[in-house]
Amino acid sequence: MIEYVSLYILTMALMGMGIYALIAKRHIIKKIIGIVTMEYAINLFLILVGYRTDGIAPIQDSQISAAELAARAVDPLPQALVLTSIVIGLGTLALMASLAIKLYEKYKTFDMSEINRLRG
Amino acid sequence: MSIKELSRDDSLGMTIIVKTIARLVISFIILFGCYIILYGHITPGGGFAGGVIIAIAYVLLMLSFGGKVAMGKFSNFWASMWDNIGALAFVVIGFLGLTGGYFFLNFINHGTPGNLISGGFIPLANISIAIKVGAALYAIFIGLSVYGRIITEEEK
Amino acid sequence: MNHALPLLVGIPLGMAILTLLLSKVSARIADFTAFITVAVTTVIAFMLMGSPVHTYWMGNWFPPFGIVLVYDGLSGLMLLIINLIGLLSIIYSFSYMEKYTAKPKFYSLFLLMLAGMNGVVLTGDLFNLFVFLEMASLASYALVGFGVEHQELEASFKYLILGTVASTMILLGIALTYSMTGSVNMADVASTLSAMPAKTTIAFAAGVFLMGFSLKSGLVPFHAWLPDAHPSAPAPISAMLSGVLIKALGVYAMVRVMFNVLGAMPIYQDIMLVLGGISMIVGVLLAVGQYDLKRQFAYHSVSQLGYIVLALGLGTNLGMIAGIFHLINHSLFKSLLFLTSGAFEHATGTKSMKKLGGMGQLMPVTSTSMVIGSVSISGIPPFNGFFSKLLIIIACIASGHIFLGVLASIASVLTLLSFTKAMRFSVFGEIPEKLANSKEVPFPMAFSMIFLAVICLGVGIAYLVAGPTFTDIFLQPAADVLMDGLHNNSVNYITTVLGIGG
Repeated sequence: MIEYVSLYILTMALMGMGIYALIAKRHIIKKIIGIVTMEYAINLFLILVGYRTDGIAPIQDSQISAAELAARAVDPLPQALVLTSIVIGLGTLALMASLAIKLYEKYKTFDMSEINRLRG
Repeated sequence: MSIKELSRDDSLGMTIIVKTIARLVISFIILFGCYIILYGHITPGGGFAGGVIIAIAYVLLMLSFGGKVAMGKFSNFWASMWDNIGALAFVVIGFLGLTGGYFFLNFINHGTPGNLISGGFIPLANISIAIKVGAALYAIFIGLSVYGRIITEEEK
Repeated sequence: MNHALPLLVGIPLGMAILTLLLSKVSARIADFTAFITVAVTTVIAFMLMGSPVHTYWMGNWFPPFGIVLVYDGLSGLMLLIINLIGLLSIIYSFSYMEKYTAKPKFYSLFLLMLAGMNGVVLTGDLFNLFVFLEMASLASYALVGFGVEHQELEASFKYLILGTVASTMILLGIALTYSMTGSVNMADVASTLSAMPAKTTIAFAAGVFLMGFSLKSGLVPFHAWLPDAHPSAPAPISAMLSGVLIKALGVYAMVRVMFNVLGAMPIYQDIMLVLGGISMIVGVLLAVGQYDLKRQFAYHSVSQLGYIVLALGLGTNLGMIAGIFHLINHSLFKSLLFLTSGAFEHATGTKSMKKLGGMGQLMPVTSTSMVIGSVSISGIPPFNGFFSKLLIIIACIASGHIFLGVLASIASVLTLLSFTKAMRFSVFGEIPEKLANSKEVPFPMAFSMIFLAVICLGVGIAYLVAGPTFTDIFLQPAADVLMDGLHNNSVNYITTVLGIGG
């Protein structure tokens, strides 16, 4: 795992960009883009955990035996986990977009610092 | 109105070039989506990816021909109905595993791996997930574009 | 073969979809099907109580390759509370939700949330925990903004953003744990980690998990969404959120992952003590100055969760028993308080303390329930709050943290102060002229409130009369699971799930 440290650092930089967009921007749509970037950075990290150098895809057909597949293929379990996580991200994004539209109808602004009727 | 007259009608949707190409391509998109769904247990893809591709075909129809034509072909009521049917089919498959003794047990004959008809109930699960995801994504798109139009002060 | 465990998840999930289909036929059917579903799951949870620790292999795949459902003492207790309070909330919402449109969609989302919570407490697999947690969270984001007014939408959006950040952190922790151990099954991870020397990656994963679960449970400094989200939701959803959701998704998942899966290091207990202590004091200090009834109750939820996490972080047997007892009690009386404030709002149209007054003469059932809930949370004998708070203070002093025991007593006195203020403004006092002809609430709402009030009193008297028996039946099996994880490297848990000796 030590040879992939540069890949992991780049993934964490992507997540840092997502966190920056969530915290520092005031427009609601930019905050939503920050959250989506953060989620996809974690999905990318999870796939990279299962990577193997010069690996082949974990699909078995008639030309590859099971033992050779176990020795050379990349890990298929993180790919299944990430598929589920992408679908969850899609559901969250749909809910966020609908809430953003409804907020604009009620408050007439996309600026998050003006949406603060609940205080104290 | 036939689809050719809808293409020539300049008040609906986009220009005639877009409408002609969309007419030719939409059927092939749906066919490609069905291929990804049915071969989901042999090649990469499966229920979710195939469902998204089928939803995209209807979104292309709405973008190029306008909202009214797309809602005429696949209306709001049927989108939510197919959504419920797909999800219910998946839960029923899970409960039917109880007949073999366990929840979600693979109770259909497995067959030899590598054929189209193999893998137990996995192709059926792929098809039901694809129906649900396709209908749900189309319903989200309708909800955000046709019903989500922000009514400004001038239009009131 | 006992199939009860997956039915607890499968039945609400199926009926959530079927409710939407049936409601196109008639709108009254949705009430009936939701009530029958939650009644069935409550009966199953009651019947499972007291059975020995057992597992269920989904699809007949053996662990660690398949997903297992594990039923032990802690899961059984949580299941009981979740389904009972869910049933009472559905009975309450028969008449409360009449003024909202789209009532069948409310029941469908509610059943999805219940299925997600049942799944979280039953599962034995880390990624399955994440999926069920997301299912329950997404349903609750939509339910908080159900009546689409200004404040509900704003509260729902803030809750959504912070909840998504929490889920992302939890997924990062799962990715790090998978990279170290090669498996996502909880028992497999526990046995692999207890054989490895301690590494920095696991400490980082534990820190990230702690941050994610603290955000979900509303401890200080992660509490910013709680005082906005809990008052703005409809009253039965406030009762479910504050009574059950922050405990099933926050405290239960935290102790399960920290104590049973990641192994026991004293640094985690110290962090839990610090977070719990700060939440206790800050929550109650912010609650004293509130004039909105539901917002004050939400700040008190922050404070009482601080009590629970403090007791669970002490690490002794008495601390575990005290923490779990306070968890049950807080579910009961906090749901009761939120349901009564919803009843006030239903009858008078306001929840600000300055506009209410003298409701004791006009609405006797609601006012009596509110008085019972307030004295329970303040810790006055013989109600149940007194015994659990006393146990927490004794556990603090017995394990050497005298300063924390003093802090807990001060927080308890301040709780009594703020609830005296709430009762004086809403129940006693003079009736303002605008509210002179408010009537008592309809029967379903009154039934839920009376039932919860009777249970509060009953638990208190049961503990007073037959203390050791009560502890042995309900509390000791749950405390045993956590002590096993903390001091014993989860040997019992691993043996139950994997079937081999550790």
